[in-house]
Amino acid sequence: MINKLVLSNLGHRPVRTVLSVLAIAVEVTMILTLVGVSYGTLDATARRARGVGADLMIRPPGTSILALSTAPMSDKLIDFVRQQPHVALVTGTAVQPLSGFDSITGLDLDEFSKMSGGFHFIEGGPFKTDQDVLVDEFYAKEKKLHVGDKIQLINHEWRVAGVYESGKLARICVRLPVLQQLMTNDHHLSQIYVKADSPDQIQGILSELRAKMPGYPIYTMEEFTSLLSISSVGMLKDFIGVVIGVAVIVGFIVVFMAMYTAVLERTREIGILKAVGASSYFILKLLLRETLLLSILGTVVGIALTYGTQWLMQNAVPASLVQETVYWWWPIAGGIAILGALLGVIVPGIKAVKQDATEALSYE
Amino acid sequence: MNEQPMIETRELSKTYRAGDVDVHALDGANLQVARGEFVSVVGASGSGKSTLFNILGTLTTPTSGSVRIDGKDLKDLSDSERAEFRKNTVGFVFQKYNLLPTLSAEDNIRIVQYIANRALTFTAEFEGILEILGIQDRMKHKPRALSGGQQQRVAIARALVNGPRILLADEPTGNLDSKNSAAVLGLLRDLNERLGQTILMITHDQEAASYARRSIHMRDGRIV
Repeated sequence: MINKLVLSNLGHRPVRTVLSVLAIAVEVTMILTLVGVSYGTLDATARRARGVGADLMIRPPGTSILALSTAPMSDKLIDFVRQQPHVALVTGTAVQPLSGFDSITGLDLDEFSKMSGGFHFIEGGPFKTDQDVLVDEFYAKEKKLHVGDKIQLINHEWRVAGVYESGKLARICVRLPVLQQLMTNDHHLSQIYVKADSPDQIQGILSELRAKMPGYPIYTMEEFTSLLSISSVGMLKDFIGVVIGVAVIVGFIVVFMAMYTAVLERTREIGILKAVGASSYFILKLLLRETLLLSILGTVVGIALTYGTQWLMQNAVPASLVQETVYWWWPIAGGIAILGALLGVIVPGIKAVKQDATEALSYE
Repeated sequence: MNEQPMIETRELSKTYRAGDVDVHALDGANLQVARGEFVSVVGASGSGKSTLFNILGTLTTPTSGSVRIDGKDLKDLSDSERAEFRKNTVGFVFQKYNLLPTLSAEDNIRIVQYIANRALTFTAEFEGILEILGIQDRMKHKPRALSGGQQQRVAIARALVNGPRILLADEPTGNLDSKNSAAVLGLLRDLNERLGQTILMITHDQEAASYARRSIHMRDGRIV
């Protein structure tokens, strides 16, 4: 019966109900989209790193797991690493961050191809001139690029020579020396990839390199990709925390406004319920159920909306933002929405409970 | 035979604070209503009759004096005890019907059963009351689809569904035309005569008061 009353109350004010549900949904979508983009970006980075085909990765001293360094390592290290026992292949790359999430990577295509098996071109092919750039399918889709198109990057005009299947190394690649020159950082590298002559030798090479190159973060690819998680990226963790905080406040304000208005509008009805014997607990229970229902509906709609944001990103900015569906965050986002909503109903609930029945009954 | 009055008030007073002024809504009201009586309380606006109604219904508390309903002293009842009292002992009929607008007539009645933790079924006795009230065919309608007279009949049904010992009616015909007024008052008299329901009806209308077996007059917060 109480559920019937809850449903009839919500159905009686459809606009307010829909707006409340939508506002809670936006809160849930906001959380799930941020978490989805975080996981998506990290997983895409890990996938591309694995796509290089290397067994080990050497990064410049003092860099963190996701830091986009320029090129502080000498390319003489390539020869040094190559001379180590059981090292089959070595290749270095230079990375120049661009605006937003993009970066441009300089590589030796022949060495890279030997290590990774080469790019699988959807359009065009490898570099022909120093002005050539290779882009992956997502970057090409986002920027609407085709072979032969011109593109301005780091104050330089490039010609798209090839569009390759995503999943290897980077989204934008140019010849290594050309990028080093543009970065005014000749013979310097951002990362060095190493392939062992046998998987059994990976740990041995790792120990050897760590001993001989103190201060250089050296990871196996397995290690590197496992480190690409939200908890290991401090700033991302903090950012998600801030968004969750904002979401709780949004949920609180939305439900506070909705339920406060509802309590004011229903002053007389609350008086009637009190007159027929409803206890304070009953009144509170009624409001809590309404709030809970709004939160659950908002969560469901919010989850549905994340598929919309996912579609939007896939089609509008496929290279910049990758959103994954992180199912285990659904109950967390729902819980956060419910928490915000329950906080929002406290004051209106107390107001309703404290309402004087005789005054409430004479309320017009 | 139980000689204990159903309603008994002694030196009942209620003082409101309105701005800087004390308003003595009730000023030593003494009242006795026997079990099974139909009593009307008649008085002009401001005579204190609605305050008396609210105190008897435990919607508000007196400033001084005592109230006993069916032998139970209402003094010092906690909020939850007063809610419990309203659930089981009194039924209210208001001038403005006060039905929940989002529920059907039937659900307006059932919600009262639900609040009182009663089974959500109508007893044969209550079905008889519905028959007297003549609203069986309007039970699925929401209040806005009912006439004033029909809404008031639903309100009476709601007030009686838990078998209260007293039915308190505050200007039950105040919003009705003369035809519907006569019908509702006739129903109240019928319920009193056929079921022995104790009824205390507040009214300012002498004609309405004439339906009761006994009329009490109020003036300046006193029963005269």
